[in-house]
Amino acid sequence: MTDRISRAFYDIGRLEIIAGRDSFVHRLDPRAKLLVTVFFIIAVVSFDRYAVAGLVPFFLYPAAIIGLAGLPVGYLFRKLLIVSPFVICIGIFNPFLDLEIMVNLGPLAVSGGWVSFTSLILRFSLTIGAALILIATTGFPKVCMALEKLGAPRILAVQLLLLYRYLFVLIEESIRMIRAHALRSCSRRRPAFRVYTQLLGNLLLRTLDRAERIHLAMLSRAFTSEIRTVRRFTFGRAELLFTLTAAAAFLLFRTIPVAELLGGLILEISL
Amino acid sequence: MHMADALLSPAVGGTMWAATAATTFYCARKIAHRLDERKIPLMGVLGAFIFAAQMINFAIPGTGSSGHLGGGLLLAVLLGPHAAFLTLGSVLTVQALFFADGGLLALGANIFNLGFAPCFIAYPLLYKPLTGRQPGPGRRLFAAAAASVIGLQLGSLGVVVQTVTSGMLSLSFTGFLMLMQTIHLPIGLIEGLATAGVISFMIRVRPEIIAEGNRGPTSAGLPFARVLAILAAAAILTGGFLSWFASEKPDGLEWSLENSADRQEAAATARSNSPDKLRKRIALLPDYNFRAAEKTGGGVKRPDPGTSASGILGSIVVLVLVVLTGLLLGKKGRNRDR
Amino acid sequence: MSHHIVEARDLEFTYPDRTPALQKVSFKIHHGESVAVVGANGAGKSTLLLHLNGYLTPSAGQVRIGDYPLTRETLREVRRTVGMVFHDPDDQLFMSTVFDDVAFGPLNLNLPAEEVAARVDKALATVGLSDLRERPPHRLSSGQKRRVAIASVLSMSPDILVMDEPTSGLDPRARRQLIELLAGFKHSKIIATHDLDMVVDICERTIVMHDGRIRADGPTPEIFADAELLESCRLEKPLRMQGCPVCGSAPDHRPPTIG
Repeated sequence: MTDRISRAFYDIGRLEIIAGRDSFVHRLDPRAKLLVTVFFIIAVVSFDRYAVAGLVPFFLYPAAIIGLAGLPVGYLFRKLLIVSPFVICIGIFNPFLDLEIMVNLGPLAVSGGWVSFTSLILRFSLTIGAALILIATTGFPKVCMALEKLGAPRILAVQLLLLYRYLFVLIEESIRMIRAHALRSCSRRRPAFRVYTQLLGNLLLRTLDRAERIHLAMLSRAFTSEIRTVRRFTFGRAELLFTLTAAAAFLLFRTIPVAELLGGLILEISL
Repeated sequence: MHMADALLSPAVGGTMWAATAATTFYCARKIAHRLDERKIPLMGVLGAFIFAAQMINFAIPGTGSSGHLGGGLLLAVLLGPHAAFLTLGSVLTVQALFFADGGLLALGANIFNLGFAPCFIAYPLLYKPLTGRQPGPGRRLFAAAAASVIGLQLGSLGVVVQTVTSGMLSLSFTGFLMLMQTIHLPIGLIEGLATAGVISFMIRVRPEIIAEGNRGPTSAGLPFARVLAILAAAAILTGGFLSWFASEKPDGLEWSLENSADRQEAAATARSNSPDKLRKRIALLPDYNFRAAEKTGGGVKRPDPGTSASGILGSIVVLVLVVLTGLLLGKKGRNRDR
Repeated sequence: MSHHIVEARDLEFTYPDRTPALQKVSFKIHHGESVAVVGANGAGKSTLLLHLNGYLTPSAGQVRIGDYPLTRETLREVRRTVGMVFHDPDDQLFMSTVFDDVAFGPLNLNLPAEEVAARVDKALATVGLSDLRERPPHRLSSGQKRRVAIASVLSMSPDILVMDEPTSGLDPRARRQLIELLAGFKHSKIIATHDLDMVVDICERTIVMHDGRIRADGPTPEIFADAELLESCRLEKPLRMQGCPVCGSAPDHRPPTIG
């Protein structure tokens, strides 16, 4: 089990390192990236359930950002794969329930269920991909600060920052605990329930103590009741250009069936 | 049981975001009012604890499978419902961003499903009354199990209602409902056991912590929480039924798109100066038989099959272009970096 | 300003579970003095430190910082004057980047943004970590964390630095760097530690605690020369003052070099 936890640990770490790189996209104001991501997701999910061709042009956005920011495609793709089971499990009922033939591809008759399933997978890849790309180009702390600047309650932003900070500390602590347990319990891979509650209880105790020590550390640096930061973001010309271009492109892809028009054109020319 | 973006329509996703945002602002205000400043670091660190705790599994005897802590109820017991809701929201946000659990549109629904039910329904209306003043271990176990099961059942009901009203699945409402509720019954029970186990441990070693949580602001907030719960339930139901009816007919946006698509098609046909010619050309590919699909009654609009051929071809071309763009931009970016 | 900067008068403290932690603790520390507080585990060192910035309130007795007694009214001023560096830097570095962490204190003092930035720059330059401003704390080495924790206190321009085990858990090189850094500070310093060799290096005065009481208070070389005292307080001579077990060479009794 420590393997799994360590993997999660390094996984978050890797995403953070990628977010620490420098590129045009990384340098943009986080608010711009957050807004564009939201536009993107809304545009993608607003298609009806049988949309396939209409969704395809939207892959331009992740491709462009991945290119511009130099993100590792394989890594992002693997992350997508890991979380895909839930959507696949639920979506896979579509092909079995919606049997009406919708498209014939030569000898192959494709039912509405398969079309909507394909659409579901495309949607899933696009929306989750967009969220991953946001984090990989911005970093979690900046996303939190952007949230706050866009009107989220301050306490929520502070929460998120503290949670993120101590995530690493606590994951390391739980890895140490589980390792200690594993070393002294020869056969069992996972702790039995009684041991489990004690493990967790101890982790919780340590966590509560730590919260107290952090509070103490805050107090000794003149903390009153509010956590303040001085970050200033500038929503300049680059941000405006980025946001408007992206929004215009999404609107275009949403209203004009780009892929179908292009396909029609090619058919016409080639035949 | 994280809800996913892909399963949501913007209307439902937006509604759930509105519900989550409203609850978040309400909680933030409530906490700011009666803030014990110690809670600021406590909430953050407990959020990290829940995150780490969910990675630790225990063996379920005789099954070979494993279970873990749910988190919502435990947080409510330790922090009171308002702070617990915010903390759980933070945990889910980190999961959505780093582990891509669900996605950003679905985050609103997820926070609501997994946060609202345990913090504002299961904890004040079940756990607290059931534990009473001086609960024995058996009673606490029962209360935690009942609250966890009901909390999770409500959460998964939320998933079902949101998914079905979004209309992305062919699975019927009842079918999906049965599936989800059954799966989450044992999960809720296990989470309840784990929660009760941890609470009992804490009471043994440091009773004042749990007592503190119980004294929390809930008794004062109870009537409002109840009202809010009823309001939210009503909102979900109305929202659900409204979208249900709405999906019978293409909604405003879709309708206008349909119109504009028709117009473009007409324009395209006019440009190719002979519509027959195009049809003949398509017929040159004899195996490709694009049967006109009737609009199925009550179903969602299906794409005009005449556009499917161009759709598929165009999609492939666009994909190739997309990959090329990505590669090109990547190369350019790397050159500049050097 | 009076010539002493920290004064404890008959401090008594009992934990809620009735463990007595401090009994009749009195001392005066003067400007620019560097004082070590040593003692076995559970001797009351950390409890004493927590009284110096008002986190714990004594059951009896008084703490005076500069000219003020430590009371609810002076708490804020006292906490600015007394910079506290905690044992575990992970507890102290709670913000998401080094910059934000070092800026936390100055921002709470309501300083203007430019002043905050200037103080952060200066504090980070002092500990030699200016290029790590944007680094998240969990991506620092232990030695770096320790130095950032010190910077986060320096940015508040304290007059007194209070430190709990500053060298524990550091590798030899990081420990050496930290000792050199501390030796360079002109602040009054109060350091609770088990690292007696560091004490020889940077503290001219040592207070020995045992079971919540002060057992000895005097110049460091004298304290460490008193084998009987050390033995009775479960302490041992600093390594360099013990004879070399391998070659048998004489112990090093040079006076500590400061700076």
